[in-house]
Parts: sequence; C-alpha cells; structure tokens
Amino acid sequence: MTDKTQGVSRRTVLKGTAASAAAIAVPSFYIPTASAAGSFRNDPKASGKCVLGFNVPQSGAYADEGADELRAFKLAVKHLNGEGDGGMMNTMKPMNLKGNGILGMKVEYVTGDTQTKSDAARASAKRMIEKDGVIMFSGGSSSGVAIAVQALAEEMGTIFMAGLTHSNDTTGKDRRRHGFRHMFNCHQSALALRPVLDNAYGKDRQVYHLTADYSWGWSQQDSIEKGMAAESNWQTVANVKTPVGAGDFSQYITPILNSGADTLVLNHYGGDMVNSLTQAIQFGLKDKQVNGKDFQIIVPLFSRLMAKGAGDNMKGILGSTNWNWKLTDEGSKAFVKSFGQEYGFPPSQAAHTCYVQTMLYADAVERAGTFDPQAVIAALEDHEFDGMGNGASLYRKADHQVMKNGLVVRGNMNPTSDFDRLEVLDVVSREKLTYDPNEGPFAGGAQWS
Amino acid sequence: MDAIILQILNGLDKGGAYALIALGLTLIFGTLGVVNFAHGALFMLGAFVAVSVREVLTISTKVKDESVTFFEAFKEIPYLELWLGDTGRAIIDWSVPISILIAIPIMLVIGLVMERGLIRHFYRRAHADQILVTFGLAIVIQEIIKAIYGANPIPQPAPEMFEGTANIGALLGLGDNIVYPKWRLVYLGFAAIIIAAVFAFLQFTTFGMVVRAGMADRQTVQLLGINITKRFSIVFGLAAVVAGLAGLMYTPILSPNYHMGMDFLVLSFVVVVVGGMGSLPGAVAAGFLLGILQSFASMNEIKQIIPGIDQVIIYLVAMIVLLVRPRGLMGRKGVMED
Repeated sequence: MTDKTQGVSRRTVLKGTAASAAAIAVPSFYIPTASAAGSFRNDPKASGKCVLGFNVPQSGAYADEGADELRAFKLAVKHLNGEGDGGMMNTMKPMNLKGNGILGMKVEYVTGDTQTKSDAARASAKRMIEKDGVIMFSGGSSSGVAIAVQALAEEMGTIFMAGLTHSNDTTGKDRRRHGFRHMFNCHQSALALRPVLDNAYGKDRQVYHLTADYSWGWSQQDSIEKGMAAESNWQTVANVKTPVGAGDFSQYITPILNSGADTLVLNHYGGDMVNSLTQAIQFGLKDKQVNGKDFQIIVPLFSRLMAKGAGDNMKGILGSTNWNWKLTDEGSKAFVKSFGQEYGFPPSQAAHTCYVQTMLYADAVERAGTFDPQAVIAALEDHEFDGMGNGASLYRKADHQVMKNGLVVRGNMNPTSDFDRLEVLDVVSREKLTYDPNEGPFAGGAQWS
Repeated sequence: MDAIILQILNGLDKGGAYALIALGLTLIFGTLGVVNFAHGALFMLGAFVAVSVREVLTISTKVKDESVTFFEAFKEIPYLELWLGDTGRAIIDWSVPISILIAIPIMLVIGLVMERGLIRHFYRRAHADQILVTFGLAIVIQEIIKAIYGANPIPQPAPEMFEGTANIGALLGLGDNIVYPKWRLVYLGFAAIIIAAVFAFLQFTTFGMVVRAGMADRQTVQLLGINITKRFSIVFGLAAVVAGLAGLMYTPILSPNYHMGMDFLVLSFVVVVVGGMGSLPGAVAAGFLLGILQSFASMNEIKQIIPGIDQVIIYLVAMIVLLVRPRGLMGRKGVMED
C-alpha cells in the first residue's frame, strides 16, 4: 500500500530514478544546439579554454595539401594570439581582431588526421568536439570528407569552417547550417574556364573524362561537361570513373589512345592528379593529333603543390584555382610574406583558404561578442569582407558559400623554380562567378531563414 | 584489336610487378613455411632506395631565387652538376638504374636481418601469429619511411632516353596506333629477366638444387647433414632483393610513397593463392594472368556491362579458383587444400 503521507510513493521514486538515469544516458549531441537557454556546447568562457580543431589529411592521396593546411592553421593561431607580423590581420576589412586571441582568450588548437576517409574524419572530428572541447573545427582536402564532417557539425551544433573542398554538393544539396565554405566550387571553375578553353582550344571537341569516383570527381565532371557542351559544343566520348588512390592509371589511359577523343579532362586532385597526368604524358597523349587537332589535357582544379609534384608535365596545361601566391593585392602579399618567413616557401591555395577561414571565424566571434554558434552563424551570414586575397567577397546567407573572384591558371612554360610552376592567366570577377544557390547542381539543399 | 594489345601490355606490365612480389612470397612460404605480410614493405623499401640514391646524387647548394620577391627563397643546384657538368647531369638522369647496384646489397642485408632478427622466432608458431607479426613489421617499416620521407609521393624520372613512347604497332606491322611508354617496356623486360634468373638459379646451381630439395622434404635434406636453415635464410634475403628491385624499377611508373607496398601486397597474396601456395611457376603465371584480367576489366566496354568490375575482378577470380581448385592453378596436391 502506498503511504500517501510521505508525498512520494515508491513507484514515483522508481519513475524519477529511471527518468534521471535516462537523462544522464542521453548522448550529449541530443542537447539542443539552439542557445535559447544561454548555454552551448564547449563554451570557452565556461571551460576557460578557447580550442580550435584542425582536422586535415596527414596521410593518403591528399596528404600534401593537408600538411600545408596545418601550417596555415598554426600561422593563423599565432597571428590571432598577437605573435608574428599579423599577416592578413593587417589587410582584412572590416577588422575586429585585436591580436589578443578571440574575445580576449588565448587560442589553442588540436589536430587530427582525416586519412582522406570519411569515417576516420568523422571519428577524429567527434573526438575533437567531445573530448578536446573545440568550439569550431576546420580542415578539408576531400569533398567526401567535408560533406561527412559537415553533417556531423550539424548534429553536434558545432561550426565547421570547411578547408579545401571543391564539390558543388558541399554548399549545394549537402549544405548544412553549421557549415561554411570559402573555397570556390566546381560550377565556378567551369564558369571561369569556359571562355578560356573556348578561346584556346576552339569549339567542337571530343572529350574523354577520367573522374575520381566520389562526390568531388562527379561534381567536377558534370560541371565541366555541362559548361562546355552548351556554347562550345564539346561532346563527351566517355566518362570513366577511377578509384581514389589508384596509383597506376595505365589501364584507364590506354583506351583513350584510340577512342577518337582529342581532349582529356583529368578530374583528379592531389597525388592522383600527379600520377594520372604524368602517366597520360608518358603514354604520349600530349604529342598526339586527333580529328586534325592537337590533343589537349585539361586539369580543371590546380594547386601549386600538384604543379610541383607533376613538374614539367604541367607545362601549358590549363586549369583553375581558388588563389595563387603570386597575386599582388595587399592581402595576398601580407599572407605570402608571413607564411614564407615562417616556413621558407610560399603557401598553397589549401593553406590560403584555411588561414582565411580561421580569421573569418575569429572575426565573426568578435563581432557577435560571443562564442555562441547561433550568434556566430548570424555574424558570418551575408558578411562582406575584403583584403583576404580574392577581392571584395560575400559570405552568402542562402548557402554559406563565399562569392568572390576566381583564377584561371596555366602550367608555366618556363618556370624559374618549383614555386613558379603556375602562371595566372585571368582573374575572373565575383560577378561572373555568382549563381543561384538553389538552381542546377545546387538544387535540393537545406533552406534556412 | 589495338585496344586489346594495349591492355595486354598493361596487364603484362602490372603482372610483372605482381609476379615478382609473388615469386618472393612463394619462395619464403615454400622454404620457411612463413606467410610474410611484410613482403610488400620490401617492395616499398626498394623504391625508397631509388629515392635515397637520387637524393644523395642531387645534394645541392642553395642559390637565391630571384623570382621570389616576398621573402627569402632559394633554389637548389646539385653539386654533381656544378662539379661534373654534363657527366654529372647524366649520372643524376640515370639515378634509377644506378640504384640497382646499391639496392642489391642493401635489400639482401635487410632481408637477412628481418629473417634472423624476427621471423625465425615464428617458424614454429601458427600461421595466424606469423601474419600478425609480419603485418605489424610492415606497419612499423611504413611508419619509419613516412617519418623520414613524408606521406607524399616522390616522383622519380626515368632516364631521358626512355621517356616518351615506342611505336609497337609499327614494329609489329600493325599500324601506328599502338604506342607504349618506353620505360614500361623496360620494366616488362626487367621482370622477365629477374624471373628467368631466379628460375635458373634454383634449377641450375647446387645451392638451388638443395633449396628445391628442402622445399620438397626439409627433414630428409637435414638428415643428409645439410644446413638447410642457413640456405633458407639466404633465400629470404634473395626474395627481399627481388621484391626490392621490383619496387625500385617501378618508381618511374608510380611515384613511390610509404603505402605503395601494402597496395601491392594484398593483390600479390591473391596471386600466390591463385597460382598455388608454394608453386613458383604458379606465382609467375597467376601474376601475369591476373594483371591482364585486371586491365581488361578496366575497359569501358566491360565496365559498361558490369560497373565496378575492375575493382573486384581479381578477388572474383580468386574465389572461383578456390572453390573449383583449392590448391590453386599449379599448386601441389595437399598443400593448403584444407
């Protein structure tokens, strides 16, 4: 019989105990991310530590980019903490950073190895959020990885400032409110390259695509194919998907020789691009004549590190890039000088985008006056900035994609050193690279107000 | 027809690498009864001998790079070029073939140290233990190379005279459409020579005869007073040399990185199983056969019918062979059939 006089029955106690146990057992990621209650995950003010997470590939096909990203992150932290020459903090506009960390708190960081694998990257990011208490994490080099960790960022309510990720999907169908991308994308590469390719190689070409078999490869192939088909009448002979890290691409290259194609588009990046381009040239593709035209090889996404790896094989090859160290605007010069003094060589586009992302995040926190992710997201959305190497730029609210200038580059015919493998042919304006965030390859993404 | 010939050449080329690794694996399994998962690491170490030799040959002096104006940057000019001019350039150009002379003693010593220092302690242990310890050893070697050379591929150019393509079609009277990279043809010839040399060594020398006898019946050979253990250790060293040379000569085809051995190891084990555990001719035949099958499976015409077949063809064939003929194509009856 229940003793009503006690006010609490045995059943009530049991119910209460069960409810308490259930509440304790609920994984922390179910804690609402909205800060209506005034608290949020890993609040630096509560823990006394402001920790950023840098999750980059330290092994695998994109390890080179990962190493450079990490260098840039470390440099950014140094500058945020008031050490060194300040780099882009001297050119960034608007500029709210004071060189005393973020909101007066010294910035610390932890690093992780994504291994260029989505599952490893997620595990590493999760560790950073749950164990290391990071308030924001960044990094990239594979769109597959970026999309995977961006979804995790959304689940955990932690901001992810994407590093090198070029797939349309990152800010297209797979965009997330907690994810932000400064790097340009495949669609913008195609927009930038189309007039240059048309002018250099003419219309009516037969194109063979070798495509890395994951999100970024598919996205780039689709963008280049569609971009060149409409006005230039470039027809696709075949689109062959190749595994990431294939190493030897000979069995994929030999069919090109007698396919009737007069153009090869290598939708590869990092070590894969170095191998596939080198092997394509070993097979004599660059010396061939097909359909009465000189055979051409195109690498839509270039980086200085890839150019160094591919060496002389890069000569004369056209592509696009997010940024190049030879740009002469004040922001680029400040960053290159700072990075060069620190490491003895110029930064890559991967390093640039990671450095800028860290600075933009820190600046947004300062403007918001809080680390609260919801307030920081609001501060980043529709934020106009300049002095970061790509001209006047906008962090678009609708898809969290930066609208800015892009570059068309060519493998330098007469490089004076390994740093000099790329020459900038054209700086394509932000206006020409702006597109509808919900149309074409970007349709179907999340909407937020 | 042109496409088929080209894919056969691709298959033979890749098959050459598989066959050379599988040959060493089979020799070690046949003599010592050890399943050596560190054999891929030996392939990778051979490649890094080529990298190291080139690094030594291109030790340079730093000269200020005037093209870089934002900070102090330097470009490097090798001392060999400064001191010997064209001769120095030629030596650097031929760094990969020159590395062979260095790689043979180095790989032999590495093989002997590996066998005497670690693997001999596992002769009487279960195959699972051997796999674990050799796999662990492979990871340790990989990580050491990664720590020294980094994670990125390091391109190694072939000598200039072997750059570009050879017109195979014209040579065979089949037109001008069949061209193939010269260095890949060199690699194919090199693989054939090494395979022939190993078989000749085992077939026509007293040492080889004893080794073959030991592979067939170890106890009887020991009863005759022959120190078979010592000979088997040398066989391990030889297998290391074969794997190392295979990796070294492959560097102009595939830029070496710390992980390349593991990529080849898995496929080479499949080759050994398909060829027949302990069968040297089986390892070679299966190496070339699977290399060719993999190349054909990569053709667009095939992939359009069965998407992704290029990634699984080798394992599919292995499954079928193991189901139909568990001892492998040329394996001895009773070996690894249970």
